[in-house]
Amino acid sequence: MPDFARRIPVGRYRGLHPVTKAILAMVGAIVALGVRGWTGPAVVLAAVVLSGALAGVLRRMALFALATIPLVVSILLVNTFLYPNARDAIVTVGPLSPTWTGATAALQATMRVVAFGMSAAVFALTTPIDDLLTELERRGLGRRGAFVVGSALGAIPRMVERAREVVDAQRARGLDTEGGPWRRFKGLVPLLGPVILGALGEVEERTMALEARAFTAPGRRTLLRRLPDSRRQQLARWLLLLGSICLVVVSLSGVVKLP
Amino acid sequence: MSAGLVLAGASYRYAGALGAALAAVDLRLEPGRVVGVAGANESGKSTLCLVVAGLAPSVIGGRLDGSVRIDGVETAATRPHELAQRCGLLFQNASTQLSNTTATVLEEVAFGPCNLGLPAAEVVERVWWALRAVGIEPLAPRDPARLSGGQGQLVALASVLALRPSYLVLDEPTSELDPAGTRLVAEALARIAGETGAGILLVEHKTEVLAHIADDVVVLERGTVALSGPAAEVLADPRLVELGVEPPAQVRLERAVRAAGLEWSAALAEAIE
Repeated sequence: MPDFARRIPVGRYRGLHPVTKAILAMVGAIVALGVRGWTGPAVVLAAVVLSGALAGVLRRMALFALATIPLVVSILLVNTFLYPNARDAIVTVGPLSPTWTGATAALQATMRVVAFGMSAAVFALTTPIDDLLTELERRGLGRRGAFVVGSALGAIPRMVERAREVVDAQRARGLDTEGGPWRRFKGLVPLLGPVILGALGEVEERTMALEARAFTAPGRRTLLRRLPDSRRQQLARWLLLLGSICLVVVSLSGVVKLP
Repeated sequence: MSAGLVLAGASYRYAGALGAALAAVDLRLEPGRVVGVAGANESGKSTLCLVVAGLAPSVIGGRLDGSVRIDGVETAATRPHELAQRCGLLFQNASTQLSNTTATVLEEVAFGPCNLGLPAAEVVERVWWALRAVGIEPLAPRDPARLSGGQGQLVALASVLALRPSYLVLDEPTSELDPAGTRLVAEALARIAGETGAGILLVEHKTEVLAHIADDVVVLERGTVALSGPAAEVLADPRLVELGVEPPAQVRLERAVRAAGLEWSAALAEAIE
């Protein structure tokens, strides 16, 4: 295999095995959402910021953080103003009475959501999908499962391109797709049919093309790429997974009080 | 076991259709030969491709009567992945033929051999062989999603070739290509036919391409064979236009010259070629 096809990832974080990065993201989610108090989300946030810096993806992680804004806003509003049985009002304005207890809970929940989101972001930004699918297929994921995930993600740019073509065609026939939000929304409606039907129409040809490329042959597929792994990483994966579960159990049982 | 891809009285009807899309078609493709197929729209060309490659009826359903044999083996009794190694099929649109799951052309071409579970070294050997046969080795590191139409079609062709089929069925491989892309594909096909010994069934609207590489030509009309014979004869047949097929430029030019009362010479034909 030539080097360009091996595509060995370089860098301290990117060079980790895809399964190790997936486990790190999973552990981040478990700890951020499962450990009581501030400790869990705070540790995960610090870890993902460090990982993001190591991998050089801090800026792009900010975009993922922006995506959590609607959820964060709703968490802040609901908890701060409607926290059940909270009496320590910060201020009372008419019927509105935000409380310190609610605000504290909201902040903590926000940290959990952001830590979870950033953990997933670091993984997504540092792991090519075909790397992950190759390794999952090596570990027993069926060729159909791997293909469905891979081709669905690969189809997104094609759908975007098709949508652009349909918009151009609609415009050429006089449809107004620019202007205010309502006008743009109305312009979307005639777009949906051609894009969806066009994609469905390709399904039969794609199915036949797969058959013509022996996709239904029995047995396991040959996997050309093998990404570097090590005993240390394998051990670390198990330790991290088991450690995070133990941490959550200890935290929830109240044996050890974490801040 | 008789070598060749042979259709004997092959008729095919799509599931739910009232009439037959193909009716009593007889056709023979020998290894190393190129048979061109022409015809107006809806004449049954694409259906013929699906029937020959064994995808109709095994994958898309419908009813097949008569016999379709590849090197003596009945396609109806053969599983699709086994047929893929005997007869490769290339569709019009390269983008639907590529897997969309690979990052390099090399891996895209390897998709089929990998499906067969061949040893990695053999897969890689087949891939380089197919890329060489099509003449696109320099494309190996490129992203398949970022190729031109002609390059994409050549990658799809190499992907089919990597399965090492004895026969290739190509359904209008140049229909979406500009003249440069058409030339790329036509040159690659001529090279493949000469170097690999594969039999090629080429459905093509552009009769210049057929005149350039086909040994024989079959013209379909409403699912039946209307004309068949050596390419030069069929492509010069005056009935071609009535069958909805435009003759090659050289034939049209010759007719125009003769119609103007001028003399058409072999030297002139050679000069035009």
